[in-house]
Amino acid sequence: MNHRAYTTSSLPGVPIPVNEPAQSVFPGWQDILTGYPLSGAYDEMFQAGGDPRPAFRRLFEQLAAMPAEEIERAQRAAALSFLRQGITFTVYGRGDQTEQIFPHDLVPRILTRTEWEKIERGLTQRITALNLFLQDLYHGGRILRDGVVPRELVYSCRHFRREMQGVKVPRNLYIAVAGSDLVRLPDGSFAVLEDNLRVPSGVSYMLTNRQVMKNVFPQLFQHYSVRPIDQYGEELLATLRALAPAGCDQPTIVVLTPGVYNSAYFEHAFLARQMGLELVEGRDLVTHNNFVYMRTTAGLRRVDVIYRRVDDEFLDPLTFRSDSALGVAGLMHAYRAGNLGMANAVGTGVADDKAVYAWVPDMIRYYLAEDPILPNVETYRLDQRSQRDWVLDHLHELVVKATGESGGYGMLIGPHSTTRERAEFRERILEKPRDYIAQPTLALSRAPCLMNGRMVARHVDLRPYILYGEKITIVPGGLTRVALREGSLVVNSSQGGGSKDTWVLSGDE
Amino acid sequence: MLSRVADSLYWIARYLERAEHTSRLLDVNLHLMLDQSAWLEEPRWRRLLVSLNLPPSQEAPEVLVRRLSTDAGNRASIVACIAAARENARQVREQISSKMWEQMNRLFLRVQQLPLPDTWDAQWYELYREVREGIQLFHGITDATLSRNEGWHFLQAGRYLERAISVTSLLESYMLPGSEPEAEHQHHERRVELLRSCEALDAYCRQFTADFRADQVTGFLLLSPEFPHSVHFAAIRIQEAVDALCAELQGRNPSRIVRLAGRLRSNLGFSQIDEVFAVGLREHIELVQRLCGQIHTTLYQVFISYQIEASLVG
Repeated sequence: MNHRAYTTSSLPGVPIPVNEPAQSVFPGWQDILTGYPLSGAYDEMFQAGGDPRPAFRRLFEQLAAMPAEEIERAQRAAALSFLRQGITFTVYGRGDQTEQIFPHDLVPRILTRTEWEKIERGLTQRITALNLFLQDLYHGGRILRDGVVPRELVYSCRHFRREMQGVKVPRNLYIAVAGSDLVRLPDGSFAVLEDNLRVPSGVSYMLTNRQVMKNVFPQLFQHYSVRPIDQYGEELLATLRALAPAGCDQPTIVVLTPGVYNSAYFEHAFLARQMGLELVEGRDLVTHNNFVYMRTTAGLRRVDVIYRRVDDEFLDPLTFRSDSALGVAGLMHAYRAGNLGMANAVGTGVADDKAVYAWVPDMIRYYLAEDPILPNVETYRLDQRSQRDWVLDHLHELVVKATGESGGYGMLIGPHSTTRERAEFRERILEKPRDYIAQPTLALSRAPCLMNGRMVARHVDLRPYILYGEKITIVPGGLTRVALREGSLVVNSSQGGGSKDTWVLSGDE
Repeated sequence: MLSRVADSLYWIARYLERAEHTSRLLDVNLHLMLDQSAWLEEPRWRRLLVSLNLPPSQEAPEVLVRRLSTDAGNRASIVACIAAARENARQVREQISSKMWEQMNRLFLRVQQLPLPDTWDAQWYELYREVREGIQLFHGITDATLSRNEGWHFLQAGRYLERAISVTSLLESYMLPGSEPEAEHQHHERRVELLRSCEALDAYCRQFTADFRADQVTGFLLLSPEFPHSVHFAAIRIQEAVDALCAELQGRNPSRIVRLAGRLRSNLGFSQIDEVFAVGLREHIELVQRLCGQIHTTLYQVFISYQIEASLVG
């Protein structure tokens, strides 16, 4: 059998290897591995020569020894499980919108204890600094006065909320739930690609992935000591309890959802059920005398903490968008009066703005007097003339992102773009440079995925979920998102991405 | 539970009951029409509209039947009622069992799919049968999978309030003297039709034999405590639901709704049919319908749309 190693996605500046056969020491694997690329990016499972990395050895052996029918059976069982539970996501942008079962790949991604420890320390450091930044920003802005972060960058940010100036939030906790996206660079180290500090989603997929894997492929877990993640619900609940207003010992906590038509509704309902909390919509809540109440058949019940999955803009028609039907009139009054805790606080968007992102390492140094444990990805600011000119000349090599967007929208991937797309982005950048940043196209790490009986390599990232209540807790692993289209670098579920179960080991193998 | 959820559950039950009732009425009338004289038709459709609480219409029967069955644009149609029930269920999907939702969805999709030909053929009866069976299956699944909590009681309240109103409307339409004088055999046919419209023919005959006297038929459908489609039966269930719901309230005074439900039940429970006729069947039916309307309004006032100041709790 001729094993040819060739890249299916060639990135500029990355050398295309000469035809090297993949040396596999495990018979039976050849068929699956035919055509699997082994260079061009860090491969999560395989080393350069084709041997599995030490942590993956036992997984590889098991998969190699498994007959094809068993793998197929497992795939069908997994798909059925997701289908029955109605775990779907709305996919936009292909002419219409459709409900699709969230694609799931059966080959888990494994992180060693050592790798995870560094991630954990790095993210703890980062979230601490970001929280201090928000606290500072809305109470005088020392970091701005000291010239560390440019004032105009903050004030020109759409998500900076003047309404939060001077507002005291419970425990000074602005970011109770964060999802920071990590990528692994070709040298094997992790960098932070972006932070999500407003309404990060995907945790329900992380939890159901693990549950499905345990049901469908229990034998894979046998030789490993995988750290559990199903305590997320408890830990989220503890985090929410920590946000209770002063003097409130037994807070009533609710999950605020935009409703059944929202693409992430499944997750809102899932988490509410896991935590045993009431799932409410804006229309179930009323404010009275600066307290928030929910309308129940037994009368009005006071609400003390809201886990909100509604964006700032739609939260309160009296303060923000007046046409919003999703919010609660007067909510901000109750919040400012100190009678309500919210996860996350209003106004956190200024800290996950993609242009402000470039300053996070400086924030870490400023507030904590430490060097960042996890680096940023190099970022070009387009409102700076010299950087902008250079970027416009190199659009075909770079990734351009809209600063206020999420979900992978408003993004240009240079090497995969058409001339027309680049021209369009050029126009947009020239018109509103503050709204865009550019980054080099990264060779995101790849992980093997089982598709149609073959092992193919797809780009992945990692989104751990960070909870900040009485202390910072990070559930081991997180959501590994997969760009399902060959060569694609877009992993977002709303644009057709998929996911894998992520295993953090108790040891290093 | 959230007031919005109670509201949705209540309306799921009312819409389904309405769809089932309409479906049964159309089925019965279409069947009978086949072998009865043509000149009976116009009064028949007039009676149908009155019993459904709908305004009179000059439409041809085929048009009317289609409008009441499959016209999604007509809020009173079977298809529209099922769609409304399903939409309400969707909003409270988390509060009902997954099997309940599946059945609701299945029923909804099924009625969307039935393309009906213009002529009266067996497919029309298929539609009505599937609707009735689909709704009955929903109730069966609910009975088997839903805990007897607040949600359950709101469903019962909705179902039986709708039933009380439907059956009294039927009685009004069939048993009160109409504008045209009729021969005795026509009265007889009418009463059989009435019983069939409530699936009551078998039960009635078992109790009274095939002797369709006006007072007996009216008494059976109005006052029987045992037959599921009698108004009295519905009143008993309404009172049970109201009592169960009021037991959950703390501090607020539900006495008005308890009194109304009690009054409805005792009005039907302690009357004999000859007393009803002495007072006047029309007056009695009006009283029942008025009480049902008041129970509906009070239900909203107590549990769903109450004023904020009146109801601050804890």
